[in-house]
Amino acid sequence: MSGFHRHRRSKLVIANFTGFEADLLRSLASQLVELLRNEAAVPRDDIDPLEAMLDFSGPTQEPEDPVLARLFPTAYPADDEAASEFRRFTEGSLRDGKANAAITIIDALEEAGLPPELTEDGLMIDVELDVPTAETWMRSFTDLRLALATRLEIEEGDEDYWHALPDDDPRAQAHDIYEWVGYLQETLVLALTD
Amino acid sequence: MSAPVEVEPTITPDEITLTAKPWVTIVWNDPVNLMSYVTYVFQKYFGYPKKKAEKLMMEVHEDGKSVVSSGTREAMERDVQAMHEYGLWATMDRQE
Repeated sequence: MSGFHRHRRSKLVIANFTGFEADLLRSLASQLVELLRNEAAVPRDDIDPLEAMLDFSGPTQEPEDPVLARLFPTAYPADDEAASEFRRFTEGSLRDGKANAAITIIDALEEAGLPPELTEDGLMIDVELDVPTAETWMRSFTDLRLALATRLEIEEGDEDYWHALPDDDPRAQAHDIYEWVGYLQETLVLALTD
Repeated sequence: MSAPVEVEPTITPDEITLTAKPWVTIVWNDPVNLMSYVTYVFQKYFGYPKKKAEKLMMEVHEDGKSVVSSGTREAMERDVQAMHEYGLWATMDRQE
């Protein structure tokens, strides 16, 4: 596992994953898609039922799930009305964009040979991404890391806490995955800057 | 044919006097985003040279926030939305 690098001649961004790693990335990306699609707009109980039924435009309140609240921050912290309007016009397309980016990862891994169910040992998945697709992966890695970090309640400078946890602690394992996606993203940024 | 519906004016005098005042996009520090990634986003989206992008990134990192662009309200709404696309924590405000 050496992360991403830029192929000198083709200019493609390439990475080689073990079957296990590719399966893990697909699983993270799928969970993100599910989260983005499942929690629909927070129900509005402040308007009458008919008006609510006719309101297809988009959510106006901050999502209840803390991951979604971080992915779709309030744009106007001091102006509730403007914040609601901004959310109504942006959150739907932001959700779609993030879900599509995660699906781009899943599709590329499967096109590179990742089977629906991973059974085979020793499988290697080689991905070759053009620059726009690599940038989509890079953006989606941010969403995955924000989701993991929000669930784990990661804070600035808390590395010692995480590294002191016993290896068999599920939170330590989740933190290892978070660091691994961070490593992948760092190499991807470098490859794109190359 | 339907008669035109009378609508209330949506701009108040207060807003008219303030529309000339530029708005700003602010990016806030978070414990997750990589310094290299934030720099990349500032270069890519705003077209800033690497030095300026790095300076803004260091402001976010060290001061907790940085004003990364300024302009009309509409332009800043576009910038904030773009920052959210990239997973950066961005808000907007009137320029101080």
